[in-house]
Amino acid sequence: MMDLYPLLNSLRIAAISAVIVFFIGIAAAYYIAKCPRIIKGVLDVIFTLPLVLPPTVVGYLLLLVLGPKRLIGSFFLEHFDQKLTMQWWSAIFAVTVIVFPLMYRTARGAFENFDENLASAGRTLGLSNTYIFWRIRIPACKQGIIAGVVLAFARALGEYGATSMIAGYTPGKTATVSTAVYNLWRIGNDELALKWVLINIAISAVVLLCINLVEKPYKRRSR
Amino acid sequence: MLYADFEKRLDLFTLKVHIDAESGIFSLFGASGAGKSMTLKCIAGIEKPDRGIIRLGDKVLFDSEKHIDLTPQKRHVGYLFQEYALFPDMTVAGNIKAGLHHLPRRERQAKAAELMERFRISPLADKRPATLSGGEKQRVALARIFASEPEVLLLDEPFSSLDTFLKWELIPYFKETLQSFAGCSIMVSHNIDEIISLCDTVSVIQNGVAEPAVGIDDFQAMIKAKYPSVYLRNS
Repeated sequence: MMDLYPLLNSLRIAAISAVIVFFIGIAAAYYIAKCPRIIKGVLDVIFTLPLVLPPTVVGYLLLLVLGPKRLIGSFFLEHFDQKLTMQWWSAIFAVTVIVFPLMYRTARGAFENFDENLASAGRTLGLSNTYIFWRIRIPACKQGIIAGVVLAFARALGEYGATSMIAGYTPGKTATVSTAVYNLWRIGNDELALKWVLINIAISAVVLLCINLVEKPYKRRSR
Repeated sequence: MLYADFEKRLDLFTLKVHIDAESGIFSLFGASGAGKSMTLKCIAGIEKPDRGIIRLGDKVLFDSEKHIDLTPQKRHVGYLFQEYALFPDMTVAGNIKAGLHHLPRRERQAKAAELMERFRISPLADKRPATLSGGEKQRVALARIFASEPEVLLLDEPFSSLDTFLKWELIPYFKETLQSFAGCSIMVSHNIDEIISLCDTVSVIQNGVAEPAVGIDDFQAMIKAKYPSVYLRNS
C-alpha cells in the first residue's frame, strides 16, 4: 500500500483554497464593478496578474513578505513563534493567490451578464441589499460561480511552482501530489511517480467532467 | 400626488422633466431614447437626478438642495419593468412573497394566496418565470407590485414585450387593475393607441424635454393635427 499522504494533503489544500477564493473572488468581482473606470482597470490587472505570471514569480513574491526574515514572516515568528513557510498549510497562501484570478474572472463574467433590473426591482419592492445579493444576484449567477469554484479547485490540485517554493517537499509533511511526482522522478523512483501521475490525471478528468455537467444545463436554459 | 421637477445630464441631451400628476393615469409619450425610462428610474431612486425635487404627496423623495435622496426601498413605488424583471430562481409564489417582506413571515402565505387569486395566477404558483407566457408574466409582476403596497405605480412600456393580439386582450384587464389603484400611475410608452386607451393625461417628451401635460382628448386632437399620417396608421 502506497503512502497516500500527498493526495490527502493536496485535497485539503485545494479545498481550503477554493473556499477562500469563493468569498474573496466574489467580493472582488462584485465591488470592482462599482469602482471608477481607472481604478477598475488597475485593479483588474492586479487581480488577473497571478494567472499569467510564472508560479515561481508568485512564490518569490510571497517569500518576500512571508519568509522568516521578512515583514509578516518575522512578525509571526516573533509574536507567535510560528514559521509561515515550510508548513503543510503554507501551500494555501501560494495556491490561493494562484487560483484567485480564475474565481475572480469567472464570477465577474457571471455578474456582468446579470440583469441589473432584477436588483432594481428588488430595491423598489423594499428588499434589503443583502437579501438581493444572496437571494437574487448569486442564484442568478450560480452556474458561473460554481464553474469558477470547480475550476479554481482543479487548478489548486495541480499547483506546483509556488507551492514548492513556499512549502518545499517534506514527505509526510508538505508533500503534495505534484511535488511528489517531481521529487520521486528526481530520485529515480519512476514506478511510484507514474502511480501519482495516473492518480493526478484521474482526478483532473473527474473535475473537468464536473465542470461540463455544471455548464450544460446553463447553456440549455439560455437558448 | 406626484410632483417631479428635475434635470439630469445624459450622454446625448439633458433630461428636463416636470410632472405634476394627480390620481389617475399620467403618461409620458415619446420615441425610444427620449429619456422616458430614465425619468421613471429617477422617480424610483434607481438613478439620481443632477438637481431638482421629487415629492410623493407630502413626502419628499428627492431634494438636491436639502440633500434628500431616499433609497428605492423607502420610496414605496411600484415599478413595472419592461421585461417584468421577475426573479428567475423563485417560483411565482416566491416572487410575490418577495414583495411581502414588510409583513410578518406567517402572514405572507395567506396574503400571497389572496393576491394570486385576485390576479388569476393561482394555478401558476409553483411555476418558474421562464415557463410563463408574456401575459402571465405581466400579471405576476403586477401582483408582486401590489404586494409591496406602493403609493405610486411606474409602468415602463408595459406592453412592449407582448405581441399585438395579446396586448389588446390584456388592456381591459390592465386598465381595470390600474383603476382599482388609489394612487396615481405614471406610464411611459411610445405607442399612441396604448396611451389613448389607458391614460388620462399625457406629456410628450422629446430629446429629454417633457412638454406640459394635456388631457387625453387634447392629445388625440393634437396628434391628429400634427401627424395625420401617424394617426391614420394607428387608428
